Amino acid sequence: MNSSNQVVKVGIADLNVVKAPDLIRTSGLGSCVGCIIYDPVKKLAGLAHIMLPDSNLSRQSQMNPYKYADTALEVLIEKLLSMGARKGSLKAKIAGGAQMFKFASQSDMMRIGPRNVEAVVDKLKKAGIPLVSSDVGGDCGRTIEFDPDDCMLHIRTVSKGEKKI
Amino acid sequence: MTMEMYSLTSVQLDALREIGNIGAGNAATSMSVLTNQKIDMEVPVVSLIPFDQVMELIGGPDELVAAVYLRILGEAPGTVFFIMALSEAENLARQMSKEADFKILDSAEDDLAFSALMEAGNILTGSYLSALSDFLQINMQPSIPSLGIDLAGAILSVGLIELSQVTDYAIVIDTKMNNEQEAFRGHFFLLPDADTLPKIFNALGIDAYE
Repeated sequence: MNSSNQVVKVGIADLNVVKAPDLIRTSGLGSCVGCIIYDPVKKLAGLAHIMLPDSNLSRQSQMNPYKYADTALEVLIEKLLSMGARKGSLKAKIAGGAQMFKFASQSDMMRIGPRNVEAVVDKLKKAGIPLVSSDVGGDCGRTIEFDPDDCMLHIRTVSKGEKKI
Repeated sequence: MTMEMYSLTSVQLDALREIGNIGAGNAATSMSVLTNQKIDMEVPVVSLIPFDQVMELIGGPDELVAAVYLRILGEAPGTVFFIMALSEAENLARQMSKEADFKILDSAEDDLAFSALMEAGNILTGSYLSALSDFLQINMQPSIPSLGIDLAGAILSVGLIELSQVTDYAIVIDTKMNNEQEAFRGHFFLLPDADTLPKIFNALGIDAYE
């Protein structure tokens, strides 16, 4: 099938992979982190919309591995390799991890954005995948779209407009 | 009890609908006094849905919204949102501040109209919560409310983080209210934390394990 420029949408606590010319997008990242892992030569890319830093936080008997930084990235890497990506050429870009509401709370959950970013960066380091660029933190939501063809990540925010990293 | 397996009986659904009614009814009265207008509310809709679908209730994760957010502290923790489309929040802010040409996205954060919007949100969420607390005879205290203007996905996910450690589903009690000209419409979302639901049912004399 050679239809061009389909946009694959990834929901919250979900992930997916695409091959150029298709694009991959996730909408409304707040404290969640969108992590793109791509192979620039094979033009393959995967996107995970990560909600929580660590699967050890789970109190579920059957947890959704796509929700956590550690487990989601493992699945994402595996999927890319099974599509023909080569481990050595994988790279990453990330966006998100904002703190949407500013007020002190006794709940550690309010700092979840920065904790998600830390967890993703840490996991990428352990997997030996270089982090090429990132747009994280702040207090605004982001919608992101990745093009595996030119490997650019388009980031749209409400107050700061659009940019590419 | 894990909420993964959870489904609601019709008695439980009725009870949650009634809670939405009582909370939003009180808030509509406050709103009516505040704006000197008749405010109507719709029958609450109670849904047990995956996180993605929570965003769809207000038009999808990319929808621009103005929302007042607060945490319920105390015996029955949860999250309350009062959510408006941007144009409707603008209408409300203009009406309250008498700034006829107020634009949310072009205004500085210290604009009086923002304070007015914030205050409306305070009053609405506060009266929603106090009605709930009185009715259930459960101690519920509001956190300090915050106003957010952003993508629906980014805002609502704040209320899902707490739940997400336990489940991939949220119970949303959604009550819409509007004035006669429909120039102002808002959604109340009440998202009880996972352990809160049995407490609510218990307070109402309904068996949580029915």
